[in-house]
Amino acid sequence: MTANAPKPYAPRRSPKTVVLLTLAVGLGLPSALFAAILFLSPLTKPEMLGAALGLLGADFASWSPAGQHLAYGAAIALLAFVLLNFGAIVSGMTVWWEMRVSSRMQSRVGYNRVGAGGFFQWVADAVKLLFKEDLVPADADSLLFRASPYFVLTGFALMFVVLPFGESLIAVDLDVGIYYLVSVTALVVVGILLAGWSSNSKWALFGGMRAAAQVVAYEIPAGLSIMVPVLMAGTLSMQGIIREQGAWPWEWFVFTNPFALVAFVIFFISQLAEGNRTPFDLPEAESELVAGYLSEYSSFRFALYFLVEFGNLWVMSAVAVTLFFGGWQVPFVDAEAFAAARGAGPLPGAGWWGLQALSMAVFVLKTLAVLNLIVWIRWTLPRIRVDQMMTLCWKYLVPFAFASFVATLLWQILVARVPHVELVTGLVLTGAFLLVAALFLRRTLANVAAAGDRVDLTNW
Amino acid sequence: MEKLILRRVDRNSEEMILNFGPQHPSTHGVINFIVETDGEVMKKAVPDVGYLHRSLEKIGETVTYPGYMPYTDRIDYVAAMFANEGYAIAVERLLKLEVPARAQWLRAISCELCRIASHLISIGTMTMDIGAFTPMLHGVRERETINDLIEALCGARLTYNYHRIGGVAYDLPEGWRDRTLAFLDHFDKFLGEFDRLISFNEIYVKRLANVAVIGGAQAIDYGLVGPNLRGSGVDWDLRRDMPYGAYPSFEFAIPVGRGFVGTSGDSFDRYYVRVLEMAESSKIVRQALETIPEGEILAKVPRNLKPEAGEALSRVESARGEMAYYVVSDGTNKPYRVRARTGSFTAMGIIEDVSPGLMVADLVALIASLDVVAPEIDR
Repeated sequence: MTANAPKPYAPRRSPKTVVLLTLAVGLGLPSALFAAILFLSPLTKPEMLGAALGLLGADFASWSPAGQHLAYGAAIALLAFVLLNFGAIVSGMTVWWEMRVSSRMQSRVGYNRVGAGGFFQWVADAVKLLFKEDLVPADADSLLFRASPYFVLTGFALMFVVLPFGESLIAVDLDVGIYYLVSVTALVVVGILLAGWSSNSKWALFGGMRAAAQVVAYEIPAGLSIMVPVLMAGTLSMQGIIREQGAWPWEWFVFTNPFALVAFVIFFISQLAEGNRTPFDLPEAESELVAGYLSEYSSFRFALYFLVEFGNLWVMSAVAVTLFFGGWQVPFVDAEAFAAARGAGPLPGAGWWGLQALSMAVFVLKTLAVLNLIVWIRWTLPRIRVDQMMTLCWKYLVPFAFASFVATLLWQILVARVPHVELVTGLVLTGAFLLVAALFLRRTLANVAAAGDRVDLTNW
Repeated sequence: MEKLILRRVDRNSEEMILNFGPQHPSTHGVINFIVETDGEVMKKAVPDVGYLHRSLEKIGETVTYPGYMPYTDRIDYVAAMFANEGYAIAVERLLKLEVPARAQWLRAISCELCRIASHLISIGTMTMDIGAFTPMLHGVRERETINDLIEALCGARLTYNYHRIGGVAYDLPEGWRDRTLAFLDHFDKFLGEFDRLISFNEIYVKRLANVAVIGGAQAIDYGLVGPNLRGSGVDWDLRRDMPYGAYPSFEFAIPVGRGFVGTSGDSFDRYYVRVLEMAESSKIVRQALETIPEGEILAKVPRNLKPEAGEALSRVESARGEMAYYVVSDGTNKPYRVRARTGSFTAMGIIEDVSPGLMVADLVALIASLDVVAPEIDR
């Protein structure tokens, strides 16, 4: 008898057609959505819609006002449809990405069955959930139980109204953009609270109460830290905040003002808490509350909650990029360049579309970087306890958020007197950030070596 | 407890009675806790055991002495090697049988590997109960290698049935020693990585330090054993204090909880004692592989075992603490009585006393830190 060493794991190879199909859909679907957003969001604006329809051979100016309004309505509905689909699909792809990242972190194989690299697993999961029995517990409050997923979904969908994608790529650039965003986010917690209450399950009730306490508490530091970039930009509009920042890291709000850096940390932690992400996943802590407020949900209602939970990651990251990381600003391309490329005609020139696509690429890349950070955190940290969650919020985050708010007021006075101070802090903090990142990388490599392991990126 | 179940709940009160189990993700098997809560704070958690009772002790009276060995696996399927060993030693004492030295060494090697595997499950599920999923899978990954090694040794991965009355079933397979040493080299590094990943993670420490403190005297009063007892600062380990088998030949330390980050006897101490014990077990396996003598692996045992009428008690240091077997013979080929004393059962008793004032999330940490395993409670 010999003790044969087990065979090393060999990744499952998909057939070439499957790989090609996966690549086509995996790249094609987001590209199609981004392209739709790229073209639809400027063209559905009233000032361009007429010209766009003119291209199709319609004489928009001669339509009756009712017809024109109908056309606006139809255009907006089309854009809303695209954005909602974007939310759903980005949510599904985030699930896939999260599962692949987590399986790498945990020495697991991970998704590898449906499509190459298991890419279509999220589709399979969603379809499976659609076919499941839609169960409403006998003693549940049937109406509220059925209604609450729609509160959550509505809150989620409304966020996309003010979510920027590029220089002119936003559904509506509301003057009160960020304020609106914070308000509609609150709708999500209404749904969660209703779900917890109406399920008539003690676990769901626990989860719902925890969610309510957590989100209400963390909205305060989140709101205060959002005020810091608002103060620096002097506007609540999402695009306005981005326009006040530059393209280079030392021109981002997060680095130009040391207190904005503090505000960003507070904002990021609060967003994790509001999105119920580790280490703040108390409302659905599976080891304590089974599945929290989701315990009694099944089928499509359950799928809606998951869609929102993962779609929220994109929203969270996009808002962080908007407020602190310079949004879609492209290096060497300022507002004049955009205006020049636009030209004077009713429809912008090809160069303008190119610049828009470029700004969109910058924004998407930054957002994905932040999203990836959230995924890393989820699979690294344990969960904090409910009292610690409250302590962190009220004793640390709220006072620090207030302090950074007041300090930013003073900072803005200083900047008004000495304009160069912003550039200096920007450079210093960017340098410090790069140094910390380098040290972190070195430490990581040292830890990997100490564990007798090596960095291996081949096995994707 | 009956009172608690039947008590009429005041509908206007803030209190809620929560059935924590039997199907619950973090009760580590089918255990029920009846929890009186006031919001997130518990007034009391009363364990309700018996959901996994399989009459294993009664079965012992109906099968022959060697025939009972596979049943002992089921007493604690997370660390079945110790259940094998304890029963084997008890019957050997009844028979007044000498076990060959090589068999003693093989028992020590297999048991210490099994201890590592069991502790990996324990600390892994503990980190998962605290909300970190990754460390648990890292632990399971290492355990997988141990399962492979034990499979190569005895053909089974979970319910080993490896020990025999009078020795062990199989000798070391070819190449096994090198594979085990290679694994241990890797494993020692893994422990460092594990500590960096989770043990001293700030959130993890905050969740466990000073939570559910059990003092040394209280631990002795309640009959806590093994890592739970040592976590409370009591320096007691059967392998050193009442040595059996090959253990007198090895040098190893007994980690004792001394408040690594908080108070001695808190949940973190019980957790970290297990982490330290794994390093010690690794040392023992190395020494045993180094010094293993040649010779027989099984004593001459008659086919039909009929011990003289009498009784015998064996105590072994299992992964979950002291495991005792009490076997009574009436001179026939079947035991008159088999009794297993297990660590998890006594550990359940202390939960009711420690729980008042803890948060619901702390109950999860407490259960995990006591490392209770449902089959071992009920048998």
